Amino acid sequence: MPQSQPTAPARETMVRKQGWLTERKRSSLMAYLFISPFFLLFAIFGLYPIVFTLYLSFYKWDALGPMTFVGLQNYRFVTEDPLFWTSFTNTLLISAMGTIPQLILALLLAVFLNSSITKFKKTFRVLYFMPNITSIVAVTLVFSAFFSNGGMANWLLGLLGIDPLAWGSDWWGVKIAIATMVMWRWTGYNTIIYLSGLQSIPTDLYEAARIDGASRFQQLLTITLPLLKPFIVFTVLMSTIGSLQLFTEPFVYLGQGGTSSTREEGLTMVVYLYTEAFGNSFFGTAAATAVLLLIFTIVFSLINMWASRRMSGDTGGGAV
Amino acid sequence: MKNIGDQPGLPSKIGYYLFLGIGAFISVFPFYWMFVIASNPRGAASTLPPTVTISDQFMSNFTRATGMMDFWTALGNSLFVSTAVTLSVLFFCSLAGYAFAKYDFPYKHFLFFFVLCTLFVPQQLSILPTYVIMTKLEWINTFKALIVPAMVNAFGIFWMRQYIATSVHAELLEAGRIDGAGHLRIFTTVVVPIITPALATLGIFTFMNIWNDFFWPLVILKDRSNYTIQIALQQLFTTRDGLDYGMIMSATFMATLPLLLVFLGFSRWFIAGLTSGAVKS
Repeated sequence: MPQSQPTAPARETMVRKQGWLTERKRSSLMAYLFISPFFLLFAIFGLYPIVFTLYLSFYKWDALGPMTFVGLQNYRFVTEDPLFWTSFTNTLLISAMGTIPQLILALLLAVFLNSSITKFKKTFRVLYFMPNITSIVAVTLVFSAFFSNGGMANWLLGLLGIDPLAWGSDWWGVKIAIATMVMWRWTGYNTIIYLSGLQSIPTDLYEAARIDGASRFQQLLTITLPLLKPFIVFTVLMSTIGSLQLFTEPFVYLGQGGTSSTREEGLTMVVYLYTEAFGNSFFGTAAATAVLLLIFTIVFSLINMWASRRMSGDTGGGAV
Repeated sequence: MKNIGDQPGLPSKIGYYLFLGIGAFISVFPFYWMFVIASNPRGAASTLPPTVTISDQFMSNFTRATGMMDFWTALGNSLFVSTAVTLSVLFFCSLAGYAFAKYDFPYKHFLFFFVLCTLFVPQQLSILPTYVIMTKLEWINTFKALIVPAMVNAFGIFWMRQYIATSVHAELLEAGRIDGAGHLRIFTTVVVPIITPALATLGIFTFMNIWNDFFWPLVILKDRSNYTIQIALQQLFTTRDGLDYGMIMSATFMATLPLLLVFLGFSRWFIAGLTSGAVKS
């Protein structure tokens, strides 16, 4: 409907006749009203808590009694607690074990799925995405059965001639089990992100590459991966942030057996934080843990961004 | 046109489907196996070789589960909390998104940038003070503590703004204004009908996230009668030795089924939302 579009000056005079100034003020006011619920809630449940967490990390407090200023003592307690560093190592290991193979697998699945010879694309997409809609608790319970002592995981190991593993207590076993749960729930999600990235690459690029005699593997390296880079950066960043916050899988999988505390083999930073606050009522050290977690998150995000910038420099140089 | 790469031969075609098929099998098998364990006698999770066929013990397993937990109460609690949050998110996020997309007001760009920044604040950072606030308000162990903080979120505002900016044309709003309709009236009669697809996607995502949430309900809910389904399921999983997996899986299956059906029914909206969300961010 091109004829229904009034030109900008015409619209201006039209509105001005109705008293634009007051109308303009009124509409600004309405806009502020429309966006105010977010800012109100964020002030109470977002901004204030962040400031208060920083403040709290310098105090000793059990959430009930008076607060006592202790300076950096909470940070010293946490960073001198070997359990905290165990949780740090565990988080990093499980993150790496759950994320790196997951993203490679997701990329492969997406490339295969995007191929012209593949039929039933929509069905595959739905099937791959099914794990992601399942709650983490449900995923953990199913995999707990899978990894139980006489369960299917050990039977599969037996088929390969490997001795059964105590998946609920072995140092690596616990980590592999948790990483498997993370992988199962998120591979399909990332496949679909990559697939949408692949579909945004114009097909004539491949056409041209083929005329130039590029093999399919060369096409993958010189066209697909560079153009998919924003999607890869997005998924790596989201996976990193997500896995630093790993809580439910280890908590549900290991937080049992009468003691209410999670086994050391699967202790993650957020589980540590949760136990400090709601298990031991050490709100000060828990707050310090939260601040350290934020610092780690920022550091890892920056490393990601730095690495992706470097990588783009390399591939850019190679492609030109 | 449609061909990417050379026309592959039969062996590589088989390879493609084998790889994709194994992926699909791994994605779906745990769902099937959940029902297998749920429908077999209680020790079925640890037999050699593994049990992989469905049996007829589902009702007896599920009866044991409902004896140990208030399954239907927990399901109802989850339904109530998720629905309340979803409705509220749809309302407030679409209003705010509409304001950011179609109104001009001082500091608009700064405020929108601020909204985006809040997306990157980890939830764990604010959990302790929020817990303290809830204690002060005496909202511990209530659904209010789960609903109120989640009533509007940055992602929803971002999502609705992007959609409204491209799909709602200025002339339509102008026409409404000339007809003398008020701001809210234009929103409900002109904007809402156009943005229904975006509302559907945001609604499904919000509902799913709240339904599956575990950390915050775990902190807040103390009473069995107030447990959401995720907390109730976790509570079933109490002792390491002699776990009754038949009972646990029957409840897990029943708790997963509603969401699975919603997903299979609306998968188009899910995947559309997921992909465009990723492209835009």
